[in-house]
Amino acid sequence: MSVALAAAFALPLSAQAADTPELAAIRAQIAEMKQSYEARLQALEARLQDAQAAVAEAQNAAASAQQAAAPAAPVAAPAPAAQADNSFNPSISLILGGSFSNLSQDPGTYRFGGFMPPAGETGPGRRGFNLGESELTMGANIDPMFAGQLTFALSGENEVEVEEAFVRTRSLGAGMNLKAGRFLSGVGYLNGQHSHTWDFVDAPLAYQAFFGGQYKPDGVQARWLAPLDTFVEVGAELGSGRTFPGNDRNKNGFNATSVFAHAGDDIGDSASWRAGLSWLSTGAAGRDYEFDGIQNAFSGRSSIWMADAVYKWAPNGNPTSTNLKLQGEYMRRKESGSLASSERAERFASTQSGWYLQGVYQFMPNWRVGLRHDRLASGSPFIGLVDSGALGIEAFPELASYKPKRSSVMLDWSPSEFSRLRLQFARDEARPGAPDNQVFLQYIMSLGTHAGHTF
Amino acid sequence: MNNIRTKLLAGCVLALAAIAPSRAALNVLTCEPEWAALTQELAGDKVSVSSATNALQDPHRVEARPGLIARTRNADLLVCTGLDLEAGWLPLLVQQSGNAKIARGQPGYFEAGSFVPRLDVPTKLDRAEGDVHAFGNPHVHLNPHNIALVSVQLAKRLAAIDPANAAVYSARQADFAARWTAAMRKWETQAAPLRGVALVEHHRNMEYLLSWLGMRQVGTLEPKPGVEPSAAQLGQLLAQLQQQPARLVLRAAYQDERASSWLSQRARIPAVVIPYTVGADNESRDLFALFDTTVQRLTQAVK
Repeated sequence: MSVALAAAFALPLSAQAADTPELAAIRAQIAEMKQSYEARLQALEARLQDAQAAVAEAQNAAASAQQAAAPAAPVAAPAPAAQADNSFNPSISLILGGSFSNLSQDPGTYRFGGFMPPAGETGPGRRGFNLGESELTMGANIDPMFAGQLTFALSGENEVEVEEAFVRTRSLGAGMNLKAGRFLSGVGYLNGQHSHTWDFVDAPLAYQAFFGGQYKPDGVQARWLAPLDTFVEVGAELGSGRTFPGNDRNKNGFNATSVFAHAGDDIGDSASWRAGLSWLSTGAAGRDYEFDGIQNAFSGRSSIWMADAVYKWAPNGNPTSTNLKLQGEYMRRKESGSLASSERAERFASTQSGWYLQGVYQFMPNWRVGLRHDRLASGSPFIGLVDSGALGIEAFPELASYKPKRSSVMLDWSPSEFSRLRLQFARDEARPGAPDNQVFLQYIMSLGTHAGHTF
Repeated sequence: MNNIRTKLLAGCVLALAAIAPSRAALNVLTCEPEWAALTQELAGDKVSVSSATNALQDPHRVEARPGLIARTRNADLLVCTGLDLEAGWLPLLVQQSGNAKIARGQPGYFEAGSFVPRLDVPTKLDRAEGDVHAFGNPHVHLNPHNIALVSVQLAKRLAAIDPANAAVYSARQADFAARWTAAMRKWETQAAPLRGVALVEHHRNMEYLLSWLGMRQVGTLEPKPGVEPSAAQLGQLLAQLQQQPARLVLRAAYQDERASSWLSQRARIPAVVIPYTVGADNESRDLFALFDTTVQRLTQAVK
């Protein structure tokens, strides 16, 4: 309106040079009208703002009545309406997975040449159709101080396992986080990630040989993030030491200790890196295994060094269309103590190592390819029973020096963030002299609350 | 030996002191660049502000990068859109940072989306409908009236956290509001020809812009929110446009151009890229420039 008025009057007025009293009066009138319109417009806008703010508040109230995790209410939000009974229930997320495997060697004969067979999840699994691990996670804040989470792993063999069950602090501040219960240890890179987020069907050979899959202590963990512009995190864990490479020693105190440090930063907008060093020390008492019908047992200390590095790249940091991820880890385990066989025990010492390197490239939206190479080196252990001549070296064929290796290539398609289909080929030379050609078809689907993924 | 150790320790302390961030100003971390720009308008040099994401990143899909965790650790105030836009990365970031000041519910956590009226609040929550946001469409900043609403609340929050500078925030907010109101009137006048114009968008991230300018969305390139466009679905959309024509196909600077240019060529309508947020290009360096550019590109396309 004011624009139209201005347009109507502006031209003739500026054209007239002479300033008659009549003109001045008209000018004054226009100025007054303009002012009054401005004031009214401003008043209207203020009313509109108030009305919009009221709508937002009403929506907040409605949302918080519906769900516990409603948007953070403004400071002066009205009290929400009566809560439904289930609004404090933990959030639930469910991962469903399964695979179809074609293996050229009998998976029953799977072993890592030169290594004592680890306890836990090793090998490629069974042939044909397999129900993978279904993961059920429940989590919620407990009170202002604590939050808790429980993850069940339901295996295809109808076994239920508590994968993780921990409570953690929420508000210690100063960069501190404490955790207690059973949790994925912070050592290394891949160890802290649930198997459904892995880029390949199976864990690297080094994780299988040294941890029997993943290291999940029952214990406490402390992490501290340094107040720097660069990411520097240190952590320590005390555990029961019941899980491989330790075992249940019926002892008081902490039977496993680990410490780790990670550093990382961004390189421009497009790339970031993280690298770390970890150390884990645990022990075993009569950790037995059977090979070719002969029962042997190791007792002593087991310590592992790990170095890990990951580099991620995406144009401008937007991973939607293309992105690249490179990661590698190196592990070195020293075990020393005694090895018992045929009711005799003598000193035993071994130094074994392993590494993997992998790259995954998303070449177009939803499609990724990946390549991974795994190596293990068993070295030649010192076996006192052989050294003293009590037994021949042929009594320990499983410990004969060998270097298992594996190469894998995968292609996966993720129609959305919640589903993924994967095809993987691998040539696995973990058994001496019997390469296994493996083909996997896998699905991984995520239902319910979708927790964020770590870097 | 002891001497060497002392020297080493002293060296470490010095090195730490050198890389530790200065603690002079209030440290504000925003999830999206538009809130960094707004904080800058309201607080000037009283804060040191940075954004977790840039204009060429999809705010739904951001990695909890190590550098970002470190920045979250040191923030005094976190300013985010909320409404689950950052659900995939922010909770993890806040948890890993061990910074209790900026946890949800604390004064250090400011959720801009909760201060504006929301569009597209779903009546039914089902992932079969794609990546739906339970609290409504979170891309609220593209209606400048929402920016005005948020600016009032953000200035209040800055004053609550940093009472020493409360007068500065209040004065700067009044100044910003006056300039913003004038600018909105200008944009609304300029955008008058856009009223009623039908268009296709990439993702439902322009709803607040469209409802402000009175434009009509007649289709999206994504078949469902968060699902990438496929050839078959684009074909269907093209057929649908024969019945119900659109004047342009709109996408944000961070979105892949392929689907948009495909439709633009087949349907013979212009493909328009708008900055979406501050810093996407040289013409969109601040909030005012963001809307100047947006309105200008849209009006040019329908001339």
